[in-house]
Amino acid sequence: MYPEYVSEHFLMSQKTLLNATEIHVALHRLACQLIENHNDFSQTVLIGIQPRGGFLAKRLVSLLQNHYKIKDVQLGLLDTTFYRDDFRRSKKPLEANKTAIDFVIEDKKVVFIDDVLYTGRSIRSALTAIGDFGRPTEIELLTLIDRRFSRHLPIQPDYRGRQVDAIGGEKVKVCWHEHEGEDAVYLIKEQL
Amino acid sequence: MSELSVNHLLGIKYITEEDIQLIFETADHFKEVIHRPIKKVPSLRDITIANLFFENSTRTRLSFELAEKRLSADIVNFSAGSSSVKKGESLVDTVNNILSMKVDMVVMRHPNPGAGVFLSKHINASIINAGDGAHEHPTQALLDCYSIRDRLGDVAGKKVVIVGDILHSRVALSNIFALQKLGATVKVCGPKTLMPRHVESLGVTFEPNLIKALNWCDVANMLRVQNERMDISYFPSTREYTQQFGLNKTILDNLDKEIIVMHPGPINRGVEITSDVADSKQAIILDQVQNGLAVRMAVLYLLASKIKRNDN
Repeated sequence: MYPEYVSEHFLMSQKTLLNATEIHVALHRLACQLIENHNDFSQTVLIGIQPRGGFLAKRLVSLLQNHYKIKDVQLGLLDTTFYRDDFRRSKKPLEANKTAIDFVIEDKKVVFIDDVLYTGRSIRSALTAIGDFGRPTEIELLTLIDRRFSRHLPIQPDYRGRQVDAIGGEKVKVCWHEHEGEDAVYLIKEQL
Repeated sequence: MSELSVNHLLGIKYITEEDIQLIFETADHFKEVIHRPIKKVPSLRDITIANLFFENSTRTRLSFELAEKRLSADIVNFSAGSSSVKKGESLVDTVNNILSMKVDMVVMRHPNPGAGVFLSKHINASIINAGDGAHEHPTQALLDCYSIRDRLGDVAGKKVVIVGDILHSRVALSNIFALQKLGATVKVCGPKTLMPRHVESLGVTFEPNLIKALNWCDVANMLRVQNERMDISYFPSTREYTQQFGLNKTILDNLDKEIIVMHPGPINRGVEITSDVADSKQAIILDQVQNGLAVRMAVLYLLASKIKRNDN
């Protein structure tokens, strides 16, 4: 064990995976890839996975509408707390967030949007949750950070901003200007 | 704060304001769930709940049963009328027999005050009190306060009058506790014979005049006259009760302001309130029933989350 005078700060190291410019470029690339596959978005709806996917989803929607001049992109937020498979198993209690899907998803193409794809369990619960709103024709997955080699389930993204290798003890943190005051992605690890 | 401070819901007096707020926030999410095309979530699919009703109930029982089903729990139902209780079995024996079938939660209504507290000391399951005699009916108070918050934005600072049979009413006692914890001011109104002695010690004031009470309040909660609990005559006749404490449309329209009318059901139409009041837009009686489902889902979900899994 480290003595008490070694501060917590000293034991953590933080590496920048993406800076603001790199996030900007990645968002534009992801937006263009979405346009390639979904044209005018008349048959497509975007769903941000709560709690953190909503920030990325809102950024992409504003880019599609303001920069690429696509009208009427439908955006919803989906909370998957009640569908999680770690209810009564995790140490921390699960906290629910708002779900806001005020349009019909039946026979639409759905794109799930989340900031980090790690074990794939959130997406598994989102796949179950979205079924309660109707039957989409297909579901795709867009993620800003894809953590390779860490999946517990056979789930892969259709669109990814950056693929990173991170081991179990490490954490990927995505910061958004609207929420944390800066656009950046960090890899945080404890030094032992 | 995202966990309840208690393992059972035995009464409002045992929980904190933070607990109530957490239940309300969770109920908001469940209210959205019950408006979806598929109104069901899988959260409690590995939980078994026993609904033990030692006393008659329609809406509380239906509401709990539906809430449990909406959360995908397995349920067993029991009513005293058609069971071995009639053969003289004790409460602990009855419940232990049911629990040996591996039940995780118990929702219980019982005619004796304190039955829930007693049970929680003797058995190893999470208990929800669905009404114990004239003591408490916590989920009714929670849904009443939730309905006030839903309609008026907040409970804090609101003035609420509870009219009718306070003496026999578990709804009144739980409501007084819950409203006060959330920062509302409470008055009680009704015949002096149906007021508990020292009711002021609960921090409420007694107002014998219905019109004065209604002019003061933002919300009027009209309780049912509980004829089945009255072993003696507490007022001369139902007609006289209605004349003094019954709410009709003329009284409602002549008030200085627009108030909200609540009723925990079942309504004796023409006794506590007339039909035109019960069906008016100021009455939120059916909203209370709908909110009851969301609130009970929240209570079940939050208590279930405290039952840790033992996979070994």
